[in-house]
Order: sequence, then C-alpha cells, then structure tokens
Amino acid sequence: MAKKVALLQGNEACAHGALYAGCRFFGGYPITPSTEVAEVMAVELPKIGGTFIQMEDEIGAMASILGAALTGAKAFTATSGPGMSLKQELIGYACMAEIPCVIVNVMRGGPSTGMPTGPSQSDVMQARWGTHGDHPAIALAPSSCQEIFSETVRAFNLAETYRMPVQILLDEINGHMRERIEIPEPGDLEVLNRQLPTVAPEDYKPFDDTQGDVPPLAAFGSDYRYHVTGLNKAADGFPTSKPELVDAEKRRQLRKIEANQAHIEKNEEYRVEDAEVILVAYGTISRSARAAVDHLRNDGIKAGLFRPITLWPFPEKRMARLAEQARAIVVPEMNLGQLILEIERATRRVCPVEGIGRVDGELITPAEIVAKVKEVL
Amino acid sequence: MSKRYELRFSGAGGQGLITAGIIMAEAAAIIEGRYTAQSQSYGPEARGGASKSEVIISDEPIDYPKATAVDACLALTQQAADKYAAGVKPGGMLLLDSDFVKRDPEGDFRIVKFPIIRTAKDEVGREIVANVVALGAMVALTGIISRESGEQAVIARVPEAFIELNKKAYNTGFEKVKALLA
Repeated sequence: MAKKVALLQGNEACAHGALYAGCRFFGGYPITPSTEVAEVMAVELPKIGGTFIQMEDEIGAMASILGAALTGAKAFTATSGPGMSLKQELIGYACMAEIPCVIVNVMRGGPSTGMPTGPSQSDVMQARWGTHGDHPAIALAPSSCQEIFSETVRAFNLAETYRMPVQILLDEINGHMRERIEIPEPGDLEVLNRQLPTVAPEDYKPFDDTQGDVPPLAAFGSDYRYHVTGLNKAADGFPTSKPELVDAEKRRQLRKIEANQAHIEKNEEYRVEDAEVILVAYGTISRSARAAVDHLRNDGIKAGLFRPITLWPFPEKRMARLAEQARAIVVPEMNLGQLILEIERATRRVCPVEGIGRVDGELITPAEIVAKVKEVL
Repeated sequence: MSKRYELRFSGAGGQGLITAGIIMAEAAAIIEGRYTAQSQSYGPEARGGASKSEVIISDEPIDYPKATAVDACLALTQQAADKYAAGVKPGGMLLLDSDFVKRDPEGDFRIVKFPIIRTAKDEVGREIVANVVALGAMVALTGIISRESGEQAVIARVPEAFIELNKKAYNTGFEKVKALLA
C-alpha cells in the first residue's frame, strides 16, 4: 500500500508526531512562531479523547502538562522566545520530580520580545542550562519536516524512558516551512511507555533507586498515593536535607543521561570520511551546511558535515575523534556563538574552530559558509 | 543542482500569495510526488507590507530550503517587483501585474505581464481569486508542474461552493499566459 503523503509545516509535523507517540494532553499558550503546534493539537486531541487546554500563560501551560503527565498521560507543550523563559522554573520542577514531558521550543530572535517572525538558534545554551541548579537535559534539533515528525516521537520515547523533560528545538524556518512527508503507519516507528510499578501500592516508593536509576512512576490519583515536591527528597518522596541522600539523588538524576549517552545520542555524518574541513551544524542551518559541503567538494576542498540531532547530551567523544582528522572546524549557527563553546571544549582546540554567527533574522547561506571555509584554510 | 527549480510569489500581505505557493507545493509534492519545500516571509502585520512565498521543487532531496537563484518570480505590486526581481537568475522569468507594476525591473530575464487583478475582477468575477489566476499563469509560464496537477490541487484546497469559481480563475490565468507566450 502506498504511504500517505502530505505537505506539512514543521510545526504541524511536530504535532502529528506527538499524536503518533500517544500524546493525549496539550497545555499551551499561543506564541509566534510556535502557534501551529497548538492549533493542530486543538483540532485533533478532542477527536481521540485527549485534552487540549489553553492556559492563562506559559507558566500555567507548563504546570498543566506536569499535572497531566503525573496522572499517566503523555503530555506536551509548545512555545517560543519569552514563553520559553517563563517555562524555566517548572522545567526545573520536572527535572527534580522526574516527570516525563515534551516541550517544543520554536526558536526566534531574542532576548525579550525580539523578532517574533524571524528565525534564530539562540536557545541552545538555554536548553541545557535554562533552569537553575544541576540537572539532566535532553534536547533534540531536527532539520526537515520528516525528521521533525520522527524526532518528536523519539522525544516522547526518551521522556518516558528516562522520566524527565525533553526539549525539541525548532526554529522559525523549519517550523513554518512546508515539505512533503510520508506519514508513518502505526508500528513503523517505535513508541515507548514509562515503566509502571510492580509492587503493591502500600510498598511503592516514587524514588526507589534499588531497581535502577529510573524508578517506576505510578499514575498520580490511582491507588498508588505518593508525595510530589520540588525539594530534594528521600526514596519515599518526602523532603530531606540529609547530605548523603541529597548527593545520591542528584548524582542519580545526572547518571540517567551519562550512563545512557550512547542510547540518547544521534548524529548524522555527510562526506566526513576523508574530510579536512568539518562543518558542525544542526537544525535548519545544517541544510545550508550540507549544500556548502557539495559546493566545496566541487571546488576541490575536502569538506564534510557533522550534524548532531541530539544536541544535549552533546556527542563529545565523536566530536573529539573528528577533530583529530580535521585541519579546521567551522560552526555556522543562527546566534553569536553557543554550540561552538561546547565544540571547543570537546575538541580541546586541537585544530582551529571558527564560527559563523548570524542574528539578523536571515538564514546563513551555503555561499557564506563556502566563503568562510576558504578564508579559514 | 540543475534539477532544482525555484519559484517565488510576491506582492502585498493579504493577496493570497502564500496560499498560491502552498497550492503549487501541494501539486508538486502530493500529486506529482516530488521533493518540495515551501516557505514564506512576512511582517508582523496581517495585511499590507511585502509578502513573499517561495517554492522549491526538485528531483532530489532539498538541502537549502530558500531560493538562491529564482527561475520564475511573480510580482503583484511595484514594491514587490523592485524588491524581489533582483533574485531572479539570468535567463529567468518574471510575471507582473501590468496595472500595478508600471516600472519594469531591469535585468537579464524575460518579462511577461497582464492585468492579473483586473482579470480576476472582470473576467472571472471576483477579485479575491486573483491569487489563483496568478497560480494558473505561473503554471503556464514555467511548465514545472502539469496543468492538471495544478487544477487538482486547487480543487482539493477550496470549499465545495467555490470550486467552479477557482477552476475558472486557474484556467483563465493559464490561458492568458499561454496566449502571451504563443
């Protein structure tokens, strides 16, 4: 049977990916350029018994998805710019209380109201460090509309598997761009669900780490009664300030990522085997970089592209290996230098690392990247 | 790269040019099954201001999703013609509304013009379908999708009660340019 083909905006593909993954709750507050995600969820969720709610603001929206997620639903929100700033405190709450949920950030220029209809990639560091305190982070940066669909499904899988918030970083270009996509049939993509407790309700402890770093999560409001708090807590969920328990809890939360990096990490490499110049790019700009690789190869320059699809945790080992073979690394991004900091750290600057930053609301073109590479060599 | 074809629809916000681009993209992507990327830019205002929609059609996966060397450009206003004709590649084509673009942009491209908005009002009967007249004209001008695919995409997008009006608009635009090119 022929696949169902559609022409979808990235934001629409994101919403349909969430539905495919089993999302049944969306709490949001509209903001350009993310609004189409909410629009699709508002139309589709009621048809399948799900819930769409427009809250009073972005903070309320984030709170609503945490509540829904605790009761057992796969929950989702989308925002941009200042809306993402507002969500930060409750993203920290989700990290601390270990609540699986997915947040889509369609990046736009900032800070503050910035440029609502212009693209940007300036929330890369926010996705890692936006909420205060030591905390784990997973952020995915898909490029095409097809990949936005599949990476949204993966975002839910990661959230459910590691019991934590997962961010998807889009931008005004790939969020609003329309492309032909093939809609996967049920079963084509893996869909994972959280681990539920196997013990009796009276024996349940929501942060019992004796079974592993990701304790099973019971549905709040069921027979399993437990306490939820943003404070550091013991295995039973009640607050503690005992140094050994606080230390163990924080280290376990970070270990969920560190011990599973190979499973979470996802990269694409294009013509890197013999590359002397390696472009590192993500999201929309990786498409400009890919075109630049072909241009450079036609001009006799051995260029390649390393594209992290999982931005956080950053693929530092692979990045370090690639740096060993390179004469130079060039990092185009729609900000004034964010992921490049992580690349410099991972590669220990064994070769020159040069950035191309653009913050005027225009895409970095393949020609700009080609010119920069020729200048660097 | 030679398999990549770039179209641009430009004018003022509210003229339906983003919709025209989307219908062109739907025809190419869904009906003809080709790689297609459609994007747009517009100001924060809902009406007025410059508006532009771009469609890239290719036989290969599309990397850079915006236009770099436009094969064919539509401009419904003088402002759009002045601003966007510069992106048309040497030997490319420019379709203008002759009532609203009084000064032809200069460059190495072929200019085709007719009163697109007046045609919608007087010959089709409703000014609001000027974008569909323009779409039919762009299909005839470029031949990048078939006439039938374009018409099918128009029918798939508009409400039942307006199908005949839009078919008429599409075919009127197509015939106008066909006659001009003959």
